[in-house]
Amino acid sequence: MQEKNGMNTSASIHDKAIVRFSRDLVLTVLVVVSFTTLIIVLSGAPPLAAYYHIFKGSLGSWVKLGHVIRVWIPLTLCTCGLLYTFRIGLWNIGVEGQVIMGAIFATYVLRFGMDGRMATFFLIAAFVAGVAGGALWALIAGYLKTKGGVNEIFAGLGLNFVAQGIILWLIFGPWKRAGIASMSGTELLPRELWLSYVSTMRLSPLGLSLALCAIIVTAVMLRYTKIGLCLKALGSNPNAAHIFDLNTRLYMLLAMVFAGGFAGLAGSIQVTGVYHRLIPAISSNYGYLALLVAMLSNYNVWIGPVVAFFFACLNVGSIQLPMMLQLDSSLSGVIQGALVLAALAVHAWRIRARRIAEETWN
Amino acid sequence: MRIELRDMHKHYGSIKANNGINLTVEEGTIHGILGENGAGKSTLMKVLAGYITKTGGDIIIDGTVKDYHTPAEASIQGIGMLYQEPLDYPPLTVLENFMIGQAKGVSNQHSLFREKLEELIAHFNFTLDPDVIVKYLTVGERQQLEMLRLLSLGIEVLILDEPTTGISDLQKEALFNSLRKLASEGKSIILVSHKLKDSEALCDRVTVLRDGEVTGSMEKPYDANELLAMMFGEPPLPSTRSAVDYGETVLSMKNVSGLGERTGLSRCTIDIREGEMIGLAGLEGSGQGVFLRIAAGITKPTEGSLSFFGGNMIGKKLHAFKKEGVVFLPASRLEEGLMPDLSIQEHFALKEGGSSFFVKWDEARAESSQKTEKFRVKGTPDTIAEALSGGNQQRLMLSLLSKESTLLLLEQPTRGLDVESSNWVWWHLSKYCLRKTAVIFSSTDLDEIMSIADRILVFFDGRIIKDVQRDETDARELAEAIAGRV
Repeated sequence: MQEKNGMNTSASIHDKAIVRFSRDLVLTVLVVVSFTTLIIVLSGAPPLAAYYHIFKGSLGSWVKLGHVIRVWIPLTLCTCGLLYTFRIGLWNIGVEGQVIMGAIFATYVLRFGMDGRMATFFLIAAFVAGVAGGALWALIAGYLKTKGGVNEIFAGLGLNFVAQGIILWLIFGPWKRAGIASMSGTELLPRELWLSYVSTMRLSPLGLSLALCAIIVTAVMLRYTKIGLCLKALGSNPNAAHIFDLNTRLYMLLAMVFAGGFAGLAGSIQVTGVYHRLIPAISSNYGYLALLVAMLSNYNVWIGPVVAFFFACLNVGSIQLPMMLQLDSSLSGVIQGALVLAALAVHAWRIRARRIAEETWN
Repeated sequence: MRIELRDMHKHYGSIKANNGINLTVEEGTIHGILGENGAGKSTLMKVLAGYITKTGGDIIIDGTVKDYHTPAEASIQGIGMLYQEPLDYPPLTVLENFMIGQAKGVSNQHSLFREKLEELIAHFNFTLDPDVIVKYLTVGERQQLEMLRLLSLGIEVLILDEPTTGISDLQKEALFNSLRKLASEGKSIILVSHKLKDSEALCDRVTVLRDGEVTGSMEKPYDANELLAMMFGEPPLPSTRSAVDYGETVLSMKNVSGLGERTGLSRCTIDIREGEMIGLAGLEGSGQGVFLRIAAGITKPTEGSLSFFGGNMIGKKLHAFKKEGVVFLPASRLEEGLMPDLSIQEHFALKEGGSSFFVKWDEARAESSQKTEKFRVKGTPDTIAEALSGGNQQRLMLSLLSKESTLLLLEQPTRGLDVESSNWVWWHLSKYCLRKTAVIFSSTDLDEIMSIADRILVFFDGRIIKDVQRDETDARELAEAIAGRV
């Protein structure tokens, strides 16, 4: 189901789609809540208390909200990027590696400015490099797909491992701190190279505005530009590309560049705005999580950030669980995974129901 | 075994693929089922083979009514079918394929089945090697394998659906000999074909179907003219069309061959001039599709030369063909022609091309509402292509065509359309001819070709076996060519 926006579909189809979507959503949430409750009960904790702690741990205070938004920013950036590749029908699993490469490229540039002079220049250059790094990493998968016929899922997965290898090698090798090499990452950046942030929420306004910009840019790109239209067309039916003289390969590469670019931007923000150094877990699996967000939001650019916010709350809120209830914090992962599985199951079930209905009608 | 089909019906919605067919196949005979495309031959045989469920009627085997619903149950009754596309496992060897469905239990029975297979191969003088991987076999060899497998399952009635399409003469000879041998051993053979020559050479008796009904049957020796009349009905009166002055040569092909469909296209030589309306006749999949796609620049020819207005086009990209004004409309509109999820307005925006970064939605909307009215597409600019009916999809595709095209290539442009829609399509296309555009269309309906085209090319087994002006031929001659007799 592609996004149906008001101008593109007649009102009745639009209404039906909304009714279907809401019905599926309610059903999905019901399935997930009962499943997670079952898990919590089985692990011997009171379910209501668990949900309460997740809520309180994520939205209970300004600091915690700031924390949620810090997770939301890279998640939203990756989700926006993925909308381009999903539009044309590509599964850009490599988004995780693209975040890592963005972080690496940004760090590479920042290392020249460790004395703290010309900080603004180095920050801008780091962001440009980060975007380029992510885009480059995505382009490799794109070229393997368009030239070599390698499935982008396998290429992306392979490149994720390579990126993970490179970041570990850099942190424990060439970029290690003088005398010590540890999982805690490279040397801390000087204060001048940190993104400025609001101290009460430990939140960088620049990062937030970049994420908001990404949403708007993506919405405009997909809706009002030729590129967006062509991506949608090719995603709908690549076999008709010849009728409209569309260059399928070019648009595939373009979609990959957008996805990788946004992922690289997320990586750069992780370095300059969150950790202020390069750490092995710089991507924090936000790339993989963004794939789930995009799917769950039905590839809609406006629903995506909402789902991303919900996921960020789950992630941050579940940090409380080990302390409060002796539950493992991976419960958020269980909920997120269950959500996507349930959404896919509900979707598949509806398609099957419709097919059976059609067959009996015939 | 004696097979009797009584009052067989198979309906798809309002379409009656089989409408009350009666047919008897005697034991030890070869029975031919003749008919043109869509006559209902394959449907009838698939019902008999348990592949599809009948809507009504009885299957009577050796005097008793039998009821079965799957190919496996049919093979227990002793009925097996060789499909047009071989149903085997390409990565496995011939022997392994042969053993599938026969070998039971966990013990290794290779040597047992090897002996059995080699015996059968020798019995029919086939050339199969048990250790070759099936994907390296020719269509004819895969057919032999499938036939031997069915026989060793204990098949008494063997159905073959167009078995001679795409196989060599030598393999055809081997196939025919083996079928005669089987019949003499008491097996019943049913041969589905549109090729008169094959049926004449092989069958003891033929039954002709047209539009889902039996139009007649005949025993050896055959009167070809009478059979053709049963197959194609009475020849229609040719309609009169005002003569158009033809211009320069638009498209020129010399010895062009290409791959695709089952037959491919072999050594096609032809010149097409401005303003010509050319109909491609022949059984579906006899090379018309490959011809159109090569002319459109979508399929690359394997040999030969191709030029537009004298300029070489071999090795040129699709874009170069577009620039010459070549337009191709495929038969499968939603699969190859339109973007199912896109609205009418988006199709117009997509067609617009241009170099601007943003889509000019206002213009696209204005153009789409104007064109949908002019082309009588029943839908608003916001209707998505998938939601349109077949006729409206076809009109949408036509409305997207540029007026400046030099060569229109249309694959079955009226497939699935009602009479009124078809007439509209032809009326619209005739305007292109007056503007000196050359129009080439394929159709499975001979009447349609006779009434529309100025010039007719008949395809048979991947070759153009007839190239005539409409005024210089008649339905009988064309029907013979379609059935492979020139």
